[in-house]
Amino acid sequence: MIDIPQVAYTAHAIPRRRDFTGHLIDKYLEEVYMASKEKSSGTQFGAIKEIGIAFKEGNFKTRISYLIMGLGQILRGQFVKGILFLLLEVGFISYMIAFGNSYLSKITTLGTVTTHKEGRITVYGDNSFLILLFGILTIIVILAFIFLWWLNIHDNYQSEQLLKEGRHIPTNRETLASLLDKNFDKTLLALPVTGIFLFTVLPIIFMVCVAFTNYDANHQAPTNLFTWVGLANFAQIFKIGGNGFGSTFFKVLAWTLVWAFFATFIDYFLGVAVAILINKKGIKFKKLWRTILVLTIAVPQFVSLLYIMKMFASDGLINGWLQKWGWISSPIPFWTDPMLAKITIIVVNIWVGIPYIMLIATGLLMNIPEDLYESARIDGATGWQMFRNITLPYMLFVTGPFLLTQFTNNLNNFNVIYLLTQGKPQSMALSNNAGHTDLLVTWLYKMTVTDTNYRMAAVIGIMVFIVTAVVSLVVYNMLPSVKDEEGFQ
Amino acid sequence: MKQKSYKRKQKISNGITYAVLILISIIWLFPFVGLVLQSFRSYDPKVEYGGMVNYLIPKHFSLDNYRFLFSGQTNFLKWYGNTLIIAFFVAIFQTIIVLCVSYALSRMRFKGRTFLMRFWLILGMFPGFLTMICLYFLLKQFGLTQAGAVPGLILVSVASSGMGYYVCKGYFDTIPKALDEAARIDGATRARIFFTITLPMSKPIIIYTALVAFMAPWCDYIFASYVAFGHDSSYNVAVAMTRWVWTNDYQGYFTRFCAGGVLVAVPVTILFMALQKYYVEGVTGGAVKG
Repeated sequence: MIDIPQVAYTAHAIPRRRDFTGHLIDKYLEEVYMASKEKSSGTQFGAIKEIGIAFKEGNFKTRISYLIMGLGQILRGQFVKGILFLLLEVGFISYMIAFGNSYLSKITTLGTVTTHKEGRITVYGDNSFLILLFGILTIIVILAFIFLWWLNIHDNYQSEQLLKEGRHIPTNRETLASLLDKNFDKTLLALPVTGIFLFTVLPIIFMVCVAFTNYDANHQAPTNLFTWVGLANFAQIFKIGGNGFGSTFFKVLAWTLVWAFFATFIDYFLGVAVAILINKKGIKFKKLWRTILVLTIAVPQFVSLLYIMKMFASDGLINGWLQKWGWISSPIPFWTDPMLAKITIIVVNIWVGIPYIMLIATGLLMNIPEDLYESARIDGATGWQMFRNITLPYMLFVTGPFLLTQFTNNLNNFNVIYLLTQGKPQSMALSNNAGHTDLLVTWLYKMTVTDTNYRMAAVIGIMVFIVTAVVSLVVYNMLPSVKDEEGFQ
Repeated sequence: MKQKSYKRKQKISNGITYAVLILISIIWLFPFVGLVLQSFRSYDPKVEYGGMVNYLIPKHFSLDNYRFLFSGQTNFLKWYGNTLIIAFFVAIFQTIIVLCVSYALSRMRFKGRTFLMRFWLILGMFPGFLTMICLYFLLKQFGLTQAGAVPGLILVSVASSGMGYYVCKGYFDTIPKALDEAARIDGATRARIFFTITLPMSKPIIIYTALVAFMAPWCDYIFASYVAFGHDSSYNVAVAMTRWVWTNDYQGYFTRFCAGGVLVAVPVTILFMALQKYYVEGVTGGAVKG
């Protein structure tokens, strides 16, 4: 149980009557202000219209802010806001002059001057990688700046109107204080959003763009240039025969889906079954059984999976034992036969997956009302019937969204595949370094690291995204718990 | 009479259950028992062999493999330290970031809130390693690859951790809003509510977040191997020891891998077991809410 600490009702915490009404009035005004704010900037169109209206009707302080951001605020005494806007404008202009402009102008070609040698001196030309990356960054910076510019006008106009109505505009102190109160969300989110932008959003946009270029081993920056090629890479991934990736791609895709299906559902049903076994009335040492299973989660996967990989290897313990006992004459090719490798992976993944499902199912099983079973028993239902008609529907209903995330996680389950087989065995049936147990993501990884075929890696990445998104959307709308939220409540 | 047969049936079914559970336990424990036993196998070529053999229990127990790890012939202690440092800092910073994001999304209503959540959801559908080369380049600009791989890995893990807010936000959503409102009427700011009301009530989820964040770097192979490539002293345990198993030249390193694996697994497992209550609470809550 969670302890709920008592909120201290000391003298200062109980508002005196006057303060309280004062607080309410403030709150009311705040709401009216917010409502007016929302009205004026309700739509994109309204926002653009506001720019015109503010210029026509605004006074000198508002108008000058169109050119020099933040000056209006400074003139009104809101130094904190004003200086911030001013600095942002200065920063933007110097960024564009010193940096952004040169990259942005080359983004259509991704550079024209190759690095070459003049006599003995290497002359560095354009670096397509940098042009693309910083070109994208510059475009985003420009968009952000336009938004800030609008925000600056909006703020100016807002303050002007408030002053006209004889109301008070936030002072510097209030502006800063609001960062811990009304605008606390901005304080909290500033760092995480920046981090996600720099390390997730920007790289993803970059890689999506790479899918439309010829960036690969023959076009490595900085020595060589790469350039836009349109949809050529997408054509190549679907093309069968020749230099096409098609035949391999569809095989890998099929295995990815098969794997995700088995890895999700076998683990799920077995996990629930184990949870039921442990939960069974009259079974002792429940904690012990659970602890043994949970060990799998606790031990880092690279230790346990690599050990298991070696266990099933042709010179491993299992084959060694079977040969010693004379059950087999030559080692079973657990990892080298394509079909057997797939089965072994799915089986080992059961070892990985069951404990996790067991933990989740245990808690949920206890939530099923006991009287449901009681009445079923009176009606003469067998254990299996109760499982099929009570336990399973309930579990599926409650864990539907979880199953979906499990499925998409398994589509991208790098660790299990890579630690066990690295995608092997390879054969002539598959081109471009792909192995029979490769998922799209492990193939992508190999393509990035081994082949440095970045353009195709980017295309595969986009394909993974599409598969994940489609599966999520379709399944999510089919889920009973989404369609019928009240179902089991 | 009927009662008796019911009881007998119960007994039989319980017996079967016990048998299944014991079998399951053996299967689940086997790799760990094997790992520990083989880590104690003697490495002395005169007595025994450090590679793959077809028996489980060593003929000569010894601490050879452990001695090797600590002897300075490899950078094992360095790798271990790297991983520990990464795990420690990632746990701290990631928890802070996740708590901030979760509170903002759970408690505050601001423009773009639903957009942000949807946008992050869509971003999450891109495979993580898609962006590897780009991240590598970004890190390289700051000198955070190869020699600087340790801080680099911390930075990358922490930077995008805000997107993993689901479980924590789900927990915050269950804390009654009435508490916040009462405090607001008393004049408390949002920040004060966050620090004095929400956080003290969130011990389980804080521990869960930190625990999960701490465990992840121990298995981080993919990105770590890419960022630290070729720079032995910035490897983490996963990258360094994986080589011992994969390369055939390292045949004789198998028992050493086992010893290293034991040294990695024992502390992490103890920590996990000590905090498993919070872990269970976290995954169960997270699963139901999706």
